[in-house]
Amino acid sequence: MAYIEVKDACRKYTQNGKETVVLDNVSLEIEKGEFICLLGPSGCGKSTLLNSLAGFERLNSGSVTIDGKEVEKPSVKNITIFQNYGLLPWRNVISNVKLGLEAKNISKEEADKTARKFLELVGLEGFEKRYPRQLSGGQQQRVAIARGLAVDPDIIFMDEPFGALDAITRMKLQDDMLRISREEKKTIIFVTHDIEEAVFLADRIVVMMADPGRIKSIVKVPAHSTADRTSQGFLHVRDRVFELFNMKTEEYIDYVI
Amino acid sequence: MKKLLSVKNAVVSVAVLIGIWQIAYMVSDYSDALFPSPYQAFLALIEMITDGTLAENIGTSMFRFSIGYISSVVVAVFLGLILGRLPGVFKYVNPALQLLRPISPTAWMPFIVLLFGIGEVPAIVIIFIAAFFPVLLSTVAAVNNIDPVYLKVASNFGIKQPALTWKFILPAAFPQIANGIHLAVGTAWIFLVAGEMVGAQSGLGYQIIDARNNIRADILLATILVIGVIGIILDGILKFAEKKILKAWGGAE
Repeated sequence: MAYIEVKDACRKYTQNGKETVVLDNVSLEIEKGEFICLLGPSGCGKSTLLNSLAGFERLNSGSVTIDGKEVEKPSVKNITIFQNYGLLPWRNVISNVKLGLEAKNISKEEADKTARKFLELVGLEGFEKRYPRQLSGGQQQRVAIARGLAVDPDIIFMDEPFGALDAITRMKLQDDMLRISREEKKTIIFVTHDIEEAVFLADRIVVMMADPGRIKSIVKVPAHSTADRTSQGFLHVRDRVFELFNMKTEEYIDYVI
Repeated sequence: MKKLLSVKNAVVSVAVLIGIWQIAYMVSDYSDALFPSPYQAFLALIEMITDGTLAENIGTSMFRFSIGYISSVVVAVFLGLILGRLPGVFKYVNPALQLLRPISPTAWMPFIVLLFGIGEVPAIVIIFIAAFFPVLLSTVAAVNNIDPVYLKVASNFGIKQPALTWKFILPAAFPQIANGIHLAVGTAWIFLVAGEMVGAQSGLGYQIIDARNNIRADILLATILVIGVIGIILDGILKFAEKKILKAWGGAE
């Protein structure tokens, strides 16, 4: 049994009498330690799928299990990073990072040490006393990542986390996210609509389509072939994904390169 | 420069007001005891300051105001935090609130005097009522307007009640609650005077009634001016506090 299993997931919304199928019998298996990107246009259900995995939304039918257990509500073992950061503006940086540690039974000194360690990991040492409003968008997202890592989760869900950032800041954060995912050995599920971001980060790219929301294909990215955004390996995988979006192919074909 | 200009505006504005008063005094043929000049009112003010009655009455009124206003804000915010999180309950509470809200607090006055008698309590109760509804409703609205991402973060990190309220809901809603608290201070101050005119034997409101009974219109008008000035100061203090809070919370949240 895979670490994370999505089986026949269905989710529908009814608005003004019109039914939209956001997830249509989506099945997916994810192994521990994988970096998975859910890639697709808006309306393809990628965020709904992520929210179901994270426990924020329930499915109409089908099941989501993590480590053999049905996902029913959010858990501190699976932390979600949001596009708009979700930092508390009335708390300074270090106190934001310590947020998740407050519910745990650890000493103040321990919490402080942990928070500083992860601020250093995301490159924000010296920013402890700043407030979120004094930071750039990229720095705020780094704080949110440090806050998530501080509680030592098994899985990190990221919902278009770099979507609001400029291109260069986004690439820097992608570099750091890749480094952090290797150092911390977390399972990461990352939602994006940016093809290059997915190719750069993922071990496997889950390509999704809209109307109804479904998985079109899963693209395996050969290990370490994409660490350089100008390398042949990177461009090759990117082209494959481009093709998936531009050409009609039979559904549910596993692309192995 | 901007500050200087606003001082200039204020001086001109007040000077015109006093000018109109002076003209009205000169063209009317009421006796001085009924319609005094600005200067006579100023002398009455000096008289009240020197014999200590003004300080005493301000003290009495501010005491009642502080008790009524602060207790009202605390109770209203507390209830608002609860009702804001229980939309099912609020649906049933809201119609009753909407029924009570448009009733002027002075309408309760005779009833309150019947229950509590003349003294400290009626004025305090009326201020409580005056501040209660705006603060309660703005708190409920503030809680409903909280960015859902905060609640998602809280549930993700396993933060449960009461920490959820103290660490997330109250601070997240606080800027909008502060706005309600600020607006309520003006309303409450207006009704303090009404409360003291009917239900008390001391304070600034009573001083107006007392001046009328003694046909001292100069004292009456001087007291009215003092009430206005204190109202401006109270509003200024809360406006300043609200601005500080908004800034600390990162601007237009």
